[in-house]
Amino acid sequence: MLDNPRSPPEAGALCSESLLPLELRGLSLETGGRRLIYSVDLRVDTPGISVIMGPNGAGKSLLLRLMHGLIAPTGGTILWAGTPMNGEIRRRQAMVFQKPVLLRRTAVANITYALGLRGVRRNERGLRAFQALQLAGLERHAFTPARVLSGGEQQRLCLARALSLDPDILFLDEPTASLDPASTLAIERLLIDAKHRGIKVLVVTHELGQARRLAQDVIFLHHGRLIEHQPAPRFFEQPESDAARAFMAGGLVL
Amino acid sequence: MAGAFGRRDFLRFALAGFALLALAAPGSRAEEKFIIVQSTTSTQNSGLFEHILPLFTKKTGIEVRVVAVGTGQALKNAENGDGDVVLVHSSPDEEKFVAEGWGVKRYPVMYNDFIIVGPADDPAKIAGLKQAPEALKKIAEAEAPFASRADDSGTHKAELKLWEQAGVDPKTSSGSWYLETGSGMGATLNTAVGKQAYALTDRGTWLAFANKDDFKVLVEGDDKLFNQYGAILVNPLKHPNVRAKEGQVFIDWLTGPEGQRAIADYKIDGQQLFFPNARPQS
Amino acid sequence: MLDLAEAFHAALRQTAALNPQLIEIIALSLKVTLAAVAVATIIGFAVGGVLAVYRFPGRGALAAILNALMGLPPVVAGLFVYLLLSNAGPLGVLQLLYTPQAMIIAQVILVTPIVAALTRQTCEDLLEEYREQLRSLGASSAEIVTTLLWDGRYRLVTAVLAGFGRAIAEVGAVMIVGGNIDHVTRTMTTAIALETSKGNIALALALGVILLAIALAINMALMGIRRFASHFAYA
Repeated sequence: MLDNPRSPPEAGALCSESLLPLELRGLSLETGGRRLIYSVDLRVDTPGISVIMGPNGAGKSLLLRLMHGLIAPTGGTILWAGTPMNGEIRRRQAMVFQKPVLLRRTAVANITYALGLRGVRRNERGLRAFQALQLAGLERHAFTPARVLSGGEQQRLCLARALSLDPDILFLDEPTASLDPASTLAIERLLIDAKHRGIKVLVVTHELGQARRLAQDVIFLHHGRLIEHQPAPRFFEQPESDAARAFMAGGLVL
Repeated sequence: MAGAFGRRDFLRFALAGFALLALAAPGSRAEEKFIIVQSTTSTQNSGLFEHILPLFTKKTGIEVRVVAVGTGQALKNAENGDGDVVLVHSSPDEEKFVAEGWGVKRYPVMYNDFIIVGPADDPAKIAGLKQAPEALKKIAEAEAPFASRADDSGTHKAELKLWEQAGVDPKTSSGSWYLETGSGMGATLNTAVGKQAYALTDRGTWLAFANKDDFKVLVEGDDKLFNQYGAILVNPLKHPNVRAKEGQVFIDWLTGPEGQRAIADYKIDGQQLFFPNARPQS
Repeated sequence: MLDLAEAFHAALRQTAALNPQLIEIIALSLKVTLAAVAVATIIGFAVGGVLAVYRFPGRGALAAILNALMGLPPVVAGLFVYLLLSNAGPLGVLQLLYTPQAMIIAQVILVTPIVAALTRQTCEDLLEEYREQLRSLGASSAEIVTTLLWDGRYRLVTAVLAGFGRAIAEVGAVMIVGGNIDHVTRTMTTAIALETSKGNIALALALGVILLAIALAINMALMGIRRFASHFAYA
């Protein structure tokens, strides 16, 4: 299950072909007369961790939500392996948000709940949930009310829940923004582990250090536009755009 | 194992609870025999029903359920078919009820009398007067407070007739010394006592009333204070659901020797409240 | 005159004596109100949850109507049900007038808007936190409703108890549709009204004290539940 890179599909899913490449063509988002995302053309076709970066207000979180289908674009298309975004595809993805979102139940119940939504059989849920908890080092908190856990433990639980669903694509929106270093390290280790198991990870972060530690490639946004999309080493050594350079230098990018 | 009291258990518990409540909810008791009698608050407040109805049920096995409202409402309810028998005390309205076909026949049952009660200090000085309209006239002249039921009941209509005979229209002073409570007899008496106001009441309610304060019976005995009760079977031709057979059994009992004796036997503090006067059955 | 202390003692004496008539009245009050609350809860949870989660035309209007119905005077609800159940009315054939069932129906009309409106509020508050995550996890709208209802269970207990409080204390509806018939449809509140109209103020007060005691007990149970819940961060 969680040890296999490519596990058998859940009930009703598409066959287990890759969802990559992800292609955004002319993707735009406009609300209330304001353009938030400007005609983004992007192609993500390599495995591993892609980091989405940019100054505040660049539209990183919005882009993530568009990719996951939580928001509908006002223009352009999103294609996963040539197929437009749909419910089936979304079921093969999972997302972790900046603030942990957990139900008022025990830790393990939060995971079995998600598995139940996916249609996993009742007698399988417990086992898979426990495996996920073990992966995240939370097994001794299994029956603790989830919302009583610390911030770092809660976020690890959210990530464990996401991983228990055996997704092809994992989105994370600033997952360690408010966590202590130890929890941050734990989360990053889980992401690297996920990468090794063949899960494609797209993570938004504003922390350069984290980006350097995790990124295979970097997607840099500014003012709702895609400014750069480079393999990580090239982006960090020689960013092409002024905005990226200013960002890396630590200054305010207007 | 996950969670001591999970959602499934909750649902099961809730379903069991509802099932239990549904069973516990009182059934329609359709198998028991009963009739619904629309009667007045004054009759109920006198306690008469608690005395005579058990005797009827013991004899016939028919339960009598009394809905006590004002006379106007009792007759209206009966017009809607929401009762099997009406027992009220407003002859003109009762006769109209039968004439319009809502009731089968009107049987006189009993009478009691109205009295005028008031505070011990009697500001209008009506104590001992023999003529009720004269007493009312003095109250109006003194502008002493007077509490009226003003609810279209038998008592209220009797009161209005007395004002008419006194040549006074109290409604013009409604809100100043003439207080129109729009309530049953007991509530009106509570208001009267609270405001130290005079009131017209039936003797039955007054004797049973527990909140008299220092009030006294000031005017009684006038023929015009005579209060006749009639019983009418609701017309089953207008409303097929009327329990005509049992209803008639009740009326026959009320107007027969046993019922009439039961009515006469009812006393408070040794005083008889109602005087049976049914016409002998042929 | 009116002695509250005397009324309190009278209440204790009556309860201690386990006066069968008193027991009968209390039992009927509880049966009617609990049954009404049970039905109103099922309907109210469903309506409130759906209103919070689903988007459909007329949603706003329905929510406004629900809020307005919370203030429906009990006597108006009673009148409405009377007109329905009267033999001259559309449902007269059911012969439900002047029965406890009619009283339950009238109280359901009073309690459902409260439960539904408070449920909607609770679910909307929860939805703000959960909406994105639940959609990410792939929950359908129906699944979201049931998830929110269970998740907000302790807050919803408050909604149910608010409904209970409204029903156990009202007299207007049960008086009109029940008729205050001795041994059949006489509840605590209609008994209080009757005893008051007979001038038995002390007895009426005693009944009132007992009614307050019941309401107090329910509310203390509520406080206990909420304290238990917050211990587990389930509140």
